Amino acid sequence: MAQKLDYLKETPSQTAGPYVHIGCTSNFIGVQGVYDRDLGSEMKTGPVKGQEITITGRVIDGTGTALRDVLVEIWQADAGGLHNSPQETRGKADANFTGWGRCPGHPETGEFRFDTVKPGRVPFGDGRMQAPHVTFWIVARGINIGLHTRMYFADEDAANADDPILSRIEHRNRVATLLASRDGDAAYRFDIVLQGEDETVFFDM
Amino acid sequence: MKAPKPTRPGGYVPRDRTWQPAALTPAYKTSVKRSPQSALLSFPTTPSEETGPVFGHHMLGALDNDLLHNYAAAGESAIGPRIIVRGRVLDEFARPVPGALIEVWQANAGGRYRHKKESYLAALDPNFGGCGRVIAGDAGGYEFRTVQPGPYPWPNGMNDWRPAHIHFSVFGAGFAQRLITQMYFEGDPLIWRCPIVGALPCREAVETLIAPLDMNGTVPFDALCYRFDIVLRGRRQTMFENRREGL
Ligand SMILES: [Fe+3]
Repeated sequence: MAQKLDYLKETPSQTAGPYVHIGCTSNFIGVQGVYDRDLGSEMKTGPVKGQEITITGRVIDGTGTALRDVLVEIWQADAGGLHNSPQETRGKADANFTGWGRCPGHPETGEFRFDTVKPGRVPFGDGRMQAPHVTFWIVARGINIGLHTRMYFADEDAANADDPILSRIEHRNRVATLLASRDGDAAYRFDIVLQGEDETVFFDM
Repeated sequence: MKAPKPTRPGGYVPRDRTWQPAALTPAYKTSVKRSPQSALLSFPTTPSEETGPVFGHHMLGALDNDLLHNYAAAGESAIGPRIIVRGRVLDEFARPVPGALIEVWQANAGGRYRHKKESYLAALDPNFGGCGRVIAGDAGGYEFRTVQPGPYPWPNGMNDWRPAHIHFSVFGAGFAQRLITQMYFEGDPLIWRCPIVGALPCREAVETLIAPLDMNGTVPFDALCYRFDIVLRGRRQTMFENRREGL
């Protein structure tokens, strides 16, 4: 016998279930008066630096149906590539941009929408710069552990080509599942497919 | 000789996927068409995962962690067994995670949620909303007060019942720690029959989600106490820069 490692085990995940909105977006679901507003519904708290964009999309199951009970969160850098977080060590982020958004799927269409800014570039561990990206985290009934992925921008060819994470994707035809397409002037569309032919690449994160 | 650089945080240690539930667990039927089938893409954490949003104590209302009263009319209180849920938020290295935001939601004492899609015939409690939140203190401690939720039936098999549970959503310091889970109550016979609990790979993992009754935390003639500690992913402390010698 060797000595015992005394690390704790991470708390296991359980599904967010169909009533996640009660806890996370209570005003949206009609439980009014407990919180003044739903957390994550506004990512900008004043004039922001950089290009303002919208991201819309749906989360689609293995039958091609949009999830209407999904909850989507995003986390991203500001236009200068800095995160509004005490853990950010590289500088001070735009104080008017939270970097974090939370949006429930629309009850009929399943569509989510974020009013945000186009993120700047963030370094990889070895110092190389990553392509601009937005982290997505998806929970819903039927999802046992939150799904983590990233959205990249289809109009950032050069940065995407050098991105250390995109270049790890073995099946090159799947890279496209992480690219948001331009859908108007400052609008991007990003559909996430949970299962099947066009299944989004999810991250072990 | 140069002194070693001071300790600084490294990346988060990888998730133990053999301890966490698989995406596809057919006994929980909704997982069948909502589970990715391809392998997950692994990479070391970057600043995008090592940072996370911050939630200050200033955003909390006075009753946010008191579900007995945060939806109740003046002078009223939610109906059901009064309980306190108390615990600590730690990481895998047993370090506290101060500032962690915990959001909770639950059914009322009869097992009924305040939600449009809820169809269980148990009655709504006009004084119970079913949501609350709290931010962990400097030592990672947190507590909230509520009613003990009831078990409820759900459409999966012909006769599946959820054990009594409280849903937890937790933010640590980094987005890599993001977690949603459920807390169960010691002694509930429905725990071991539940297909959602059954998504976990082993008995030991289930046991970490079962809160024991804590008589020492009880407020006599007022509320029982259940203890629930939460463990988030740990972040390495590295003494040495990750660079080749001589560079
Ligand atoms: Fe539930």
